[in-house]
Amino acid sequence: MTTLTNRPTSRWERFRDSYLLYSFKRDLIAQVSLLVFIVLVAAAVLAPWLAPMDPYDLTQIDILASELPPFWVDGSDPTYLMGTDAQGRDLLSTILYGARVSLIIGFGAVAMQAALGVCFGLLAGYLGGRVDAFLMRLADIQLSFSTLMVAIVVGALFKAIFGGGTFSDYAVPLLVLIIGLAEWPQYARTVRASVLAEKGKEYVDAARVMGLPSRRIMFRHILPNTLSPIFVISTVQVANAIISEAALSFLGLGMPETQPSLGSLIKSGFDYLQSGSWWITLIPGLVLVILVLVINLLGDWLRDVLNPRLYKG
Amino acid sequence: MIAFLIKRLFHALLVMFVISVIAFSIQDNLGDPIQQMVGQSVPESEREVLREELGLNDPFVVQYLRFAGNAAHFDFGYSYIFNEPTTQVIMRHLPATLELVAATTFLIIVLSVPIGVYSAIKPRAWLSRFFMGVSIIGISIPVFLTAIVLIQLFAIGVSWTPFPAGTGWGAWLNDLITTEGGMPAYGRGDPVPVFGTWETNFASLEGLTYLVLPAISLASIMLPLFIRLIRAEMLEVLQSDYVKFARAKGISPRRIYFLHALKNTMLPVITVGGVQIGTLVAYTILTETVFQWPGMGLMFLDAIERSDIPLIVTYLMIVGLIFVITNTLVDLIYGLINPTVKLTGKPA
Repeated sequence: MTTLTNRPTSRWERFRDSYLLYSFKRDLIAQVSLLVFIVLVAAAVLAPWLAPMDPYDLTQIDILASELPPFWVDGSDPTYLMGTDAQGRDLLSTILYGARVSLIIGFGAVAMQAALGVCFGLLAGYLGGRVDAFLMRLADIQLSFSTLMVAIVVGALFKAIFGGGTFSDYAVPLLVLIIGLAEWPQYARTVRASVLAEKGKEYVDAARVMGLPSRRIMFRHILPNTLSPIFVISTVQVANAIISEAALSFLGLGMPETQPSLGSLIKSGFDYLQSGSWWITLIPGLVLVILVLVINLLGDWLRDVLNPRLYKG
Repeated sequence: MIAFLIKRLFHALLVMFVISVIAFSIQDNLGDPIQQMVGQSVPESEREVLREELGLNDPFVVQYLRFAGNAAHFDFGYSYIFNEPTTQVIMRHLPATLELVAATTFLIIVLSVPIGVYSAIKPRAWLSRFFMGVSIIGISIPVFLTAIVLIQLFAIGVSWTPFPAGTGWGAWLNDLITTEGGMPAYGRGDPVPVFGTWETNFASLEGLTYLVLPAISLASIMLPLFIRLIRAEMLEVLQSDYVKFARAKGISPRRIYFLHALKNTMLPVITVGGVQIGTLVAYTILTETVFQWPGMGLMFLDAIERSDIPLIVTYLMIVGLIFVITNTLVDLIYGLINPTVKLTGKPA
């Protein structure tokens, strides 16, 4: 077997000349969104080194310093730049750690739903017939209940099965599982539609005539050609997963207060809103909105660039 | 037509069957009625007798059939928390949720159609761009956060003075961003009884003020979706040949937009609207939690919190029934008003 050594252009050169980069250079909103997104992700990843305090370390928490306002409000303490929450944790540190938890769950849940959705979508599209009818009917039913509703019900069940304590201990993997189970139909539908379009093409026929097994045709031949729609919905799904996690945490079906995500921070702050401590709930809320907004804006831009139907219009 | 109807009904029954099996397995695996009925001191042997009497040792299928039989009569047992039939509990909480949903739907229809149509007719106008920008921000704000911000602004009130108060314009700007507060944001006040357990917030002005903030919050998450959908559909319809022909014939633009184009725009909006009812119910849970609105969503969360299994199961069954009925109705209406849908029930 001979390998193709004289590849006309390198990957980097192809990327440099691509329409993707060209349109990115001309789109200010996309550039700003990407910048903000990178800053937020970097801040979240580097939280243990950036944060002035470790909110998980009980010895660093001073209960007497609770409910201090952020620096621009009277009565603030310069040690706590963004103020403190009701337990006396430094809000800035807690937000950085919380964004970390939210992002881990967001990306984890999307990986989970992508794995489920891509497998089911490939099977449904490639095999057709009863498998297709069954899987798509299942997806329809689940979607008609809305993903958030399914996530709430599954979350409630998990909490009832495992009990509150165990649920809190394994909250991150459980939330990944819950959101993954709730939102796979989006992927499955998208992948199935692309598979149906690809299935009739000659290269698939050629592979089949060569006697390749179905699994190889599905994953090695068809899947790479369905990647661009998968890529587009993945961005939007990350935003959705982060919102779903925040909603579940807000309802008390998500991260515990000892290990808060942005959603559970908002929830814990909400109880103190009436007493005037608006910052505990509104500052994490603002971070959450900015995070989700830039991901949605990037998703919008990607869809405009990669979708040939919109590209012409 | 009859075949289509039967197929849809069969589909609806199948979905209800699946939901009831799920609901029953929850009850079967999680709820131990004996533990709820008797005290700690009752010995295991007596519990076993009681279990046998109640038929809890019967095979799964037998127990399921009994459950389904009772469910067909809307008998789901007693709620642990309220100590009354679960259906009665749900019926007491249903009006609050329905009124919230009704007020929200009203807001969505009144706002999304004109805004969506306007931004499709004039896609480049600055107002359209503004609406599109606001709607992507609206999608990115979780519903509970909108609710919290509304509470802070209009129930608690905000007074801040970032501008120099000494100057005239500074004081004016400070006044502009200061909000009074005082809007009710907790519960539903004193709703007026209509009949039975139905109490309404629509009958008095005071009752309506309680609806304002929850309804705006709930609408804020659905509105952007509908605006974007109506705009996209309308843009597509305006490109179609029959609209071009109507223009060429010299029919007034207003007549084309609102009579000819709007009709075909609303077709897909109806289907999506039907599907979104599920989302709306999920968001009522969040909205009701923030505003302590005594509806089904709040009740459901309460039931989860206190592991009231019969109430959880009843909620799932009734919400499932509502979804299935609305989805089937939407499909049927769509089939009736869109002549291109095959009504014969044969696969396309």
